[in-house]
Amino acid sequence: MISWRAIAAVALFAAAVPTLLAGEIPPDARRSGYSFMGPDTRAMQDDDTTNPGMLFVLDGEALWAKKTGSTNKACADCHGDARSSMKGVAARYPAFDKALGRPVTLDQRINLCRADHQQATPLPYEGRDLLALSAFIAHQSRGTAITAGDDPKLKPFIAQGRALFMQREGQLNLACTNCHDDNFDKRLAGAPITQAQPTGYPLYRLEWQTLGSLERRLRSCMTGVRAQAYDYGSPELVALQLYLMSRARGLPMETPAVRP
Amino acid sequence: MAALINVPAKARRGDIIEIRTLTSHIMETGFRHTADGKLVPRDIITSFTCRYNGTEIFRADLFPAIAANLYLSFFTVAKESGKFEFEWIGDNGYSSTASASIIVE
Repeated sequence: MISWRAIAAVALFAAAVPTLLAGEIPPDARRSGYSFMGPDTRAMQDDDTTNPGMLFVLDGEALWAKKTGSTNKACADCHGDARSSMKGVAARYPAFDKALGRPVTLDQRINLCRADHQQATPLPYEGRDLLALSAFIAHQSRGTAITAGDDPKLKPFIAQGRALFMQREGQLNLACTNCHDDNFDKRLAGAPITQAQPTGYPLYRLEWQTLGSLERRLRSCMTGVRAQAYDYGSPELVALQLYLMSRARGLPMETPAVRP
Repeated sequence: MAALINVPAKARRGDIIEIRTLTSHIMETGFRHTADGKLVPRDIITSFTCRYNGTEIFRADLFPAIAANLYLSFFTVAKESGKFEFEWIGDNGYSSTASASIIVE
């Protein structure tokens, strides 16, 4: 009986090793989370008058033109018409910031702009205003291919993000890769496991009943494996986002996407 | 609050047309509690009305446990060119309006 158990354990181990080493998804097999959804949720995303994310885009459009801070400037006063000036911008984020010497997310860029040029208070993470502005800006890149991570200065940060993606964590001792590289297309508690391609952020999750950032999604996943989630804006979360965006290179942006 | 309205810009007289409305609202049910046990007060839209050139053609009374960002879709017959007016009324004195026009040939 004991030897049978030992054989079973060895067999299990042998079966587990190749999947652990399976590694990354080849570029032509990369798929947006959209392709994992049912027809109803797809229809909701496809029609701009049923996509609740568009409500935030509308709010963001109003904020873009609203003067704020002690310099009394609006985003539009420097950047002009977002439809041309912001086209393709979100597809490059997180991007390297020369002054800080590290990558910043689109949310952080908005708050840096507020601090430097508008002299306004930073908008809180996951607050309606920050989500609305980033949704409006990212919406201008809808259909643009993701190019984040192309800047050679980002190389060490992508490597850090990749290491975090591959690292087991939490009481369940799972790494991101265990689900999203090795087991996509299977199901977890009835829900499809996707490839974790961040094509549509900030996106409207029906479960959240609101728009949410990629950081919120990452933090939920970390809580799900019973790990201590990194804080909003922490270097680890930024590196993870950067790795995920570079991993989704070439996929078109969908902001604002709808997900279950 | 922001609202997205979908009414066909043009229709033929007698056509059955679909109207779709989506509006921002948290639709807090009043059944949920915070982490420290306090009840989150109810905050929902309680009534929606659509008027076609002043005549009420659709009304809905709404109750707790409806998804956030209310989406309603309904049908009517295109009779004459004019304006659809929409009104949402809710808890805490919430009121919001929107309108859309149609050309009937």
